[in-house]
Amino acid sequence: MKTENQIEIIDLEELKNEILSKRSLDQPTVIIAGGTCGFASGALEVIDAFRDELKKQNLDGEVVMKVTGCHGFCAIEPALIINPGNIFYSGVSAEDVGEIISETIINKKVIERLLYTDPDTGEKILHEEDIPFYKKQTRRLLANNTRIDPLNIEDYIAIDGYFALEKALSMGPDKILEVIKASGIRGRGGAGFPTNIKWEMTKKAQGDEKYIVCNADEGDPGAFMDRSILEGSPHSVIEGMTIGGFTIGARVGYIYIRKEYPLAIEHLRKALEQAHEYGFLGENILGTDFSFDIEIVRGAGAFICGEETNLLKSIEGAIVEARTKPPFPAIKGLWDSPTVLNNVKTLVSIPLIINNGAEWYSGIGTNTSKGTIIFALVGKVKNSGLIEVPMGMTLREIIYDIGGGIARGKKFKAVQTGGPSGGCLPESLLDMPVDYESLTKAGTIMGSGGMIVMDENTCMVEVARYFLTFTQDESCGKCTPCREGTKHMLDILTGITKGEGHEEDIAVLESMGSLIIDVSLCGLGKTAPKPALSTIKYFRDEYIEHIRNKKCPAKVCKALIKFSISEDKCTGCHLCFRNCPTQAVVGEAKKVHSITQEKCIKCGICHESCRFDAVRIE
Amino acid sequence: MRKSKKSDKTKNVDQAKQTERLNKIDQIIDQYENKYKDSHKVLIELLQEILEEFDYVPEEALVRVSEKCQVPLSRLYSLATFYNSLRLEPVGKHHVCVCVGTTCHVNGATEIVENLERKLKVEPGHTTEDGNFTLETVNCLGVCARGPLVEIDGKYFSNMSPIKLNKILEKYENGKSN
Amino acid sequence: MVKLTIDNQEVEVPDGTTVLEAAKELKINIPTLCYNQRLKPYGGCRMCLVEKSIPNSPRPPELIVSCAYPAENGALITTNSERVVKGRKFVIELLFAKCPDSDAIKDLAKEYGVNNNDPTDVVANYLLNRANSNNTNHTKCVLCGLCTRVCAELVGMSAISFSGRGSKRKIKTPFEKISATCIGCGACAYLCPTKAIKIEEAS
Repeated sequence: MKTENQIEIIDLEELKNEILSKRSLDQPTVIIAGGTCGFASGALEVIDAFRDELKKQNLDGEVVMKVTGCHGFCAIEPALIINPGNIFYSGVSAEDVGEIISETIINKKVIERLLYTDPDTGEKILHEEDIPFYKKQTRRLLANNTRIDPLNIEDYIAIDGYFALEKALSMGPDKILEVIKASGIRGRGGAGFPTNIKWEMTKKAQGDEKYIVCNADEGDPGAFMDRSILEGSPHSVIEGMTIGGFTIGARVGYIYIRKEYPLAIEHLRKALEQAHEYGFLGENILGTDFSFDIEIVRGAGAFICGEETNLLKSIEGAIVEARTKPPFPAIKGLWDSPTVLNNVKTLVSIPLIINNGAEWYSGIGTNTSKGTIIFALVGKVKNSGLIEVPMGMTLREIIYDIGGGIARGKKFKAVQTGGPSGGCLPESLLDMPVDYESLTKAGTIMGSGGMIVMDENTCMVEVARYFLTFTQDESCGKCTPCREGTKHMLDILTGITKGEGHEEDIAVLESMGSLIIDVSLCGLGKTAPKPALSTIKYFRDEYIEHIRNKKCPAKVCKALIKFSISEDKCTGCHLCFRNCPTQAVVGEAKKVHSITQEKCIKCGICHESCRFDAVRIE
Repeated sequence: MRKSKKSDKTKNVDQAKQTERLNKIDQIIDQYENKYKDSHKVLIELLQEILEEFDYVPEEALVRVSEKCQVPLSRLYSLATFYNSLRLEPVGKHHVCVCVGTTCHVNGATEIVENLERKLKVEPGHTTEDGNFTLETVNCLGVCARGPLVEIDGKYFSNMSPIKLNKILEKYENGKSN
Repeated sequence: MVKLTIDNQEVEVPDGTTVLEAAKELKINIPTLCYNQRLKPYGGCRMCLVEKSIPNSPRPPELIVSCAYPAENGALITTNSERVVKGRKFVIELLFAKCPDSDAIKDLAKEYGVNNNDPTDVVANYLLNRANSNNTNHTKCVLCGLCTRVCAELVGMSAISFSGRGSKRKIKTPFEKISATCIGCGACAYLCPTKAIKIEEAS
C-alpha cells in the first residue's frame, strides 16, 4: 500500500518532463566534484566557500550549486565545472571562490590560471572532456558522476533514471535474460562469469525465497571504482538490483558494503529512502504486482568477506570461513536459498543495457570480453584516478595516453593488476590488450580493476612481501595450505628483504606457491601466491640481487640500503638535523652534515626534509 | 570516614553509569529485534550498532546479546575477534588510522606508520598511555589516487608524509582538533 | 542414485553421498583429519584430497576434498595419483612444521614418507627445517575444528570457538575466561587428533 509520503507514478516520462520543465538550461550552475577523494583533497572547503559567498552576495537563489560524485581525475581535484559554458577548473581552493563567482559566473570571463594545463603541450584546456586523461576514455558507468547530485533522485530521473526498471517490468524475466545474454556481459567482480548464466541458474533453482546480493565490499587495496559509483550514482545500483530481483524472483536484496566507505553508505541510505518515496522500491512497484526491498549490510573489516560464500556467512552472522562449492550460491546461498551475487559495476550496467540495447553494450570490447572496464589507475603514474575504457585497449595506451606516463621523470617498471590475487606485468608486456583471457595468460587476473603502476624505485620483492602480509592478515585461517603455507612464503620473503635470503628460497617459493594454489579451499588461498610467483617470473634477477649480493636495486629494503649526505650538495641548512628522530644526523649550521650509520633507522625523514637533493640513498 | 563516603559515592556513580550502559545496550538490541521481526536477522548489523554507540564492542554488550538473542557467546566472541573493526577495547580520545593499501604502501605508508609508532610509542591496534591517541592501520580506504592517506577522527588527510603528519598531530596533541 | 568411478572401480550411491562415503563403500580408505562422520563435513585440513575429472568436460581435472564434495554422476576419482600424493604430503609437511611434537602428526609424517632424503624436494626440506627448529610457534593444535564443531553441533553448548583469523587463529573460550557453558563432557578432548586438549579437575 502506498504510504502518505509516497508519490504514485503514473507515467515516468511525464514525471521526467515535469522535472525538466522546472529547470533552465541557462541557469548558472557550479558543479563541484565531490566524493571521498574530492573531500579528502579540499573540496569540502570549496563547497563551504561557495555556499557562504553565494549567500553573502544574495546569489544563492540564482546560482545552482551541485555537488556530484568523483569525476575520476583525482590527481587534479578539487575540480569544478561552471555552466553555461562548460568551463572546467582544477586544483581549486577556497581562496579562489570569490574570484570564480565575480569573474566567471557574473562576468562570464575565464580565469586562465585555473584551467587545466596539458603538461606535454602547455596548452590550456577549457572543457573537461578535452583533457587528454578523458579523451581516450569511454565513460558509460562513470558518466553519471559528472552530471547528477547523488542525493537528488530527480536528477537521476531527468537522465532517464528508472526508465529501464519500467521497461524491464513490462518485458518480463525471460526477455530480460535474452537481452543480458545477447550483451555478453561478464561479472565485473573479477571472475568474469557470464551474468546471464548466473541469473538464469538462480531463477530456475528451487526455493520459495530467493535473494540478490550486491557485493560492494571492494576489498582489493588499490580499487575504489565501486566506491565512486556508490557515492556518485547510488540509484543506478538500486535500479540494477531491482531489475535483477525481478528477473530471478527475489523479494529482498542486500547491499553488502564495506564499512570503510561511510560516504557511500550515507548516500545509499538516502537514495533508498527516496526510491521508496517515489515507489521504485517497496510494494507494487510502478503499479505492478512486483514488490521488492533492499537492505544495507555493513562489512566490518575483513577482505575475505568479498568472497561470495564468506559474504553470505557474514550476512547470516555465521562464523566466517570459506566453504566448499558445490553447492553454489545460485542453488543454495543466503539462508540456504538460491542467491545471486553481483558486483556493483555489473549491476549498474544492467539499466544501461536495458535502455540502450544489447548491441550497444556488445558493440565495443573484444570477442570474449564485451563492454567497457573501469580501472583505478594509480601509483607512479602522472594522471591518477578512475578510468573507463573499452575492453581490449593496451596497457601502453592506458598508462601513457591516458595516464600521462610515469611521474617525476622516472622509468616504468611494472604494473600490478588484480590486487592481492593478481600479478605484476613488466615493460615487455605493455602492448598487451587488456581483457580477461590475456591477463590470465600473462599470469595475473583482471580482478576488480585495480591497476597500480610502479617505477624504478619500487622493489618487486618488497611488493610480493607486502601482498603476502596482506593475505596472511586477511586469510580466514580455515584451511591448512593457505593459513600455514602463506605464512612460510611470507617468512621467506621477509628474510630476503632483510638480506637473510638463501639460494634455494626462490625454488621453495615457486614450488610451495603452486602447491598452495592447488590445495587451498577458496579463491584467496588459490591466488595468494600469484604476486610472488609473477614477480619471480618477470623479475628473477632482482630476487637474486637481494639473495646473493644483499642489494636492493630499487633502494627500498631498509636492511640493504644506506642513507648518506652528499658533500657537494649539502648547504648546512640544518633541517635534516632538526627532523631526525634518532639524532643520527650530525653537523653544525652552515656546515656539511653527515649521518651516523649506527644510529640511522632509515626512516627517510632526512630525505623528505632536504630541499637540495643532498640526501643520497645507496 | 570521609574516604569511605567518597568511595561509596563513586560506587553509586559507577553503578548508575553501568545501569545506563546496560539500558542503552538493551535499547539497541530491542531496536534490532524490532527491525528484523519479520525477516531474517542480520547479526553483524547489531554488532555495528553497538560499535557505533560505544566506539568499541564491550564484553557486557556481547553477553547481553547472547542472552537476549539466543546466540552462543562463543560465536559472538569469534565474530568480534575476526573482524578488524569490531575492536574489543575502548579507543583513546583521538583515532588515528593509516591506510596501508597497496598504493599508499608503495607511496610510503610504512614510513608513516613507523614514524607514528616512534612518536606515540604505541603499536597499531593500541592506545597511548595518556589515552590521547589510538593508532590503527586499515587495509584500504579507497582514496588511492590521493595517498598516502591518514584518517583522524573521521577526517581524511591526503598526500601525507611523516613530516606533514607530525605537524597535523600537533594540533590534536594540543587539544585543538579541526 | 549417482554412479561414479573411484580408482577404476564403479560404485552407485544415493544422491547427496560424499565422495569419501562412496569410497568407503568400495573399502577404499582415504586419510582424514578434520572429518568425523557425526559432524557436518568441514573440508579444512585438506588431507582427504582426491583428484576429480569428468570425461568430456571443459573443466580440467581438479583436486577436491572428498569429505565435503558430493558424488557426481560420471565422475572419475583417483585417490592416489601423483598430484594427490604431492598435495597430501604437502599438507602433512605443513602440519609437521607446526606441530612436530604431536605423536599423531609424527605418525602421519612417517606413513607418508615425510623426510629429507630427497635433496630436490625443496619444500619438504624447508618445512622439515622449520619442524626441527626451536620455534616458539610450535603447538599441538592443528586447528581442525573438531572440538568446536562437536561442542556446537552434538553437545549443543558451544563453549569454545575459533578466535582471530589467519595464522593467528586459536581455539578459545569467550574472552579467555572459564566457560559458563562447558559441561565437562570431554567430547572435545576425545575427538582431538593431537591430544592438544586436556581434561583437568577444576580447583
